[in-house]
Amino acid sequence: MWTYISRRLIQALFILLIITGVCFLLTHFSADPMSQYANKQGMTAADRAAIAHSLGLDQPLPVQYVKWLWLALHGNLGDSFFSRQPVLTLIEQRLPLTVILMSTSEVFIIIISLILGTVSAVKQYSALDNIITSFSFIGYSMPIFFIAFGLMQIFAVQFKAWGLPYLPTGADIWDPKNIGALARHMVLPVTCLVIIQVAGYSRFLRSSILEVLSLDYIRTARAKGLSARTMLFKHALRNATLPFITIIGLDIPFLLGGALVTESIFAWPGMGRLFWEYAQRGDFPVVNGVLLLTGSAVVFFTIIVDVLYTFVDPRIRLS
Amino acid sequence: MTNQAESTNFVPTLKAEIAGGIMPLTPGQLVWRRFRKHRMALVGAIGIIAIVVFIIAGSIIVPEDAANQGDLRNRMIGPTAAHIFGTDSTGRDVFNRIIYGGQISLIIGVLAVLLEVSIGTIVGGTAAFYGGWVDAVLMRFTEAMLSIPSLFLLIVLAKFLGHDIPTIKILGRSFSGSVGIVIIVIGLTAWMYLARIVRSTMLSLREMDYISAAKSLGASDVRIFFSHLVPNTLGIIVVSSTLGLASAILTEAYVSFLGLGVQPPTATWGNMMEQAQSFMSQGAWWLWVFPSLFIVLVILSVNLMGDGLRDAFDPHSTRHM
Repeated sequence: MWTYISRRLIQALFILLIITGVCFLLTHFSADPMSQYANKQGMTAADRAAIAHSLGLDQPLPVQYVKWLWLALHGNLGDSFFSRQPVLTLIEQRLPLTVILMSTSEVFIIIISLILGTVSAVKQYSALDNIITSFSFIGYSMPIFFIAFGLMQIFAVQFKAWGLPYLPTGADIWDPKNIGALARHMVLPVTCLVIIQVAGYSRFLRSSILEVLSLDYIRTARAKGLSARTMLFKHALRNATLPFITIIGLDIPFLLGGALVTESIFAWPGMGRLFWEYAQRGDFPVVNGVLLLTGSAVVFFTIIVDVLYTFVDPRIRLS
Repeated sequence: MTNQAESTNFVPTLKAEIAGGIMPLTPGQLVWRRFRKHRMALVGAIGIIAIVVFIIAGSIIVPEDAANQGDLRNRMIGPTAAHIFGTDSTGRDVFNRIIYGGQISLIIGVLAVLLEVSIGTIVGGTAAFYGGWVDAVLMRFTEAMLSIPSLFLLIVLAKFLGHDIPTIKILGRSFSGSVGIVIIVIGLTAWMYLARIVRSTMLSLREMDYISAAKSLGASDVRIFFSHLVPNTLGIIVVSSTLGLASAILTEAYVSFLGLGVQPPTATWGNMMEQAQSFMSQGAWWLWVFPSLFIVLVILSVNLMGDGLRDAFDPHSTRHM
């Protein structure tokens, strides 16, 4: 067990080195942060060289990378080129809002998928199952902006036109510290995320419950006269939800990166928007900081999920 | 075909069976038979054919200028008899743009999947074939790429490649060079799952008895790779590239929606959505409803077909027979 964990940790460091290396290389050549100073009045070539020097851009790339990595190991991700704020401060401002959005969605996603998946597996090929399956198939094939625009058109544009109480689109200015405003602005993005995710998860859950229900031990449970309810909740669901828990566990670290498209449609000031805003301007310290953070979350979470899995499922032995 | 020396012994028995009226089915025939029985997969296939026909026939009837050149007097009109899907902010007909946008979206999807499948198969196959440190390095690289949220990787890569974009002329039509970049970006960010699947399938195939049989008959490694491992992985590759096509078209929509994809006036379903976003609050619903519906229709059809193919290629699946 311990040799397994330590081997995985060493691999994780190697993976993080690849992630940061690739990202550093790509971001470095993707945009020129000096371009914003190119046409500024009263700025000479010497001034520009001085700025490039103060940002450390005049050094060779490998030197920049090693310096950045060394500082990152000490908990310093550098400063943004444009706002000159430390990257960690920017992330600290945005992370709570992404966590609020994502954890609220995730709670609904898990509850609704569990209900829909179980119902459609137990009532396989019934009218209800066909409806749920069709909807999840359609939902699974939808780009999130379709749902987002549809909800916005109905609940924001039309409701406003009809004089009903309407939901905000995110185009207005609001204070995230005001709980009421926060909740009102959260309704539509959360609904979008829930619809998209439930579609995939409930399909997955349905097939894993069906697989378990066809196993011999379920037949045994039935044969010894257990009620359908006991058999389902005590025997079938416990095993069928194992792979479901795993995929949720593996998806959670990705949530830290936020939902880029949803956040930008609804102007939600979370991590996805932070990344998008700064990536567009070629602000690599912020881009690399966000990538390092989400990358590490994903890599270490995978190890934790794998190790925890051996406690939940005694059939698995790590080697 | 299999080795002559190996197969001669079986030929008489096979011939006897055929003479006795029992026609053995080839694997291809088995797959087709299972696929045909899968009703939803056929619906998906028909959906795809219908859209392809619509796009090709549409571009024969409607000239490209009708899609890219607007009539400024007829801006932002909702669906009418003359413009059944309405017109956009520069007076371009949405219906015509869906035809030409669909061509670009589907071409991008297909070419991106081809790129993705080639990279995935080469990486996965190399890792499984060589094993050892080659396998370790390639798989760590694959894992590293999987650990970056895909849209983040896509944006970074699109920014990296999208410096100065030339215009390409093919078949007398000019395309923004961004079409090529979008294909490369999607292909380079989507190969990881396939590489893993190919690797693990080949690793488990390598342990099969018939591979040891081939080895003991003196078949070389290269021969085993190309005549046993690759054909037996083909089913999985076909299935995942079908499902990959759905996600490639969806990804194109996302990338263009973010303004990093194909640049106007060349239309794609994704960049039509981007332009629609600005007119959302004015209630111009026809700008986003129609392109979205086409995206959903294509992806739904491709997914349905992919599901059918998955069942059809699975030799254990007897559900639909």
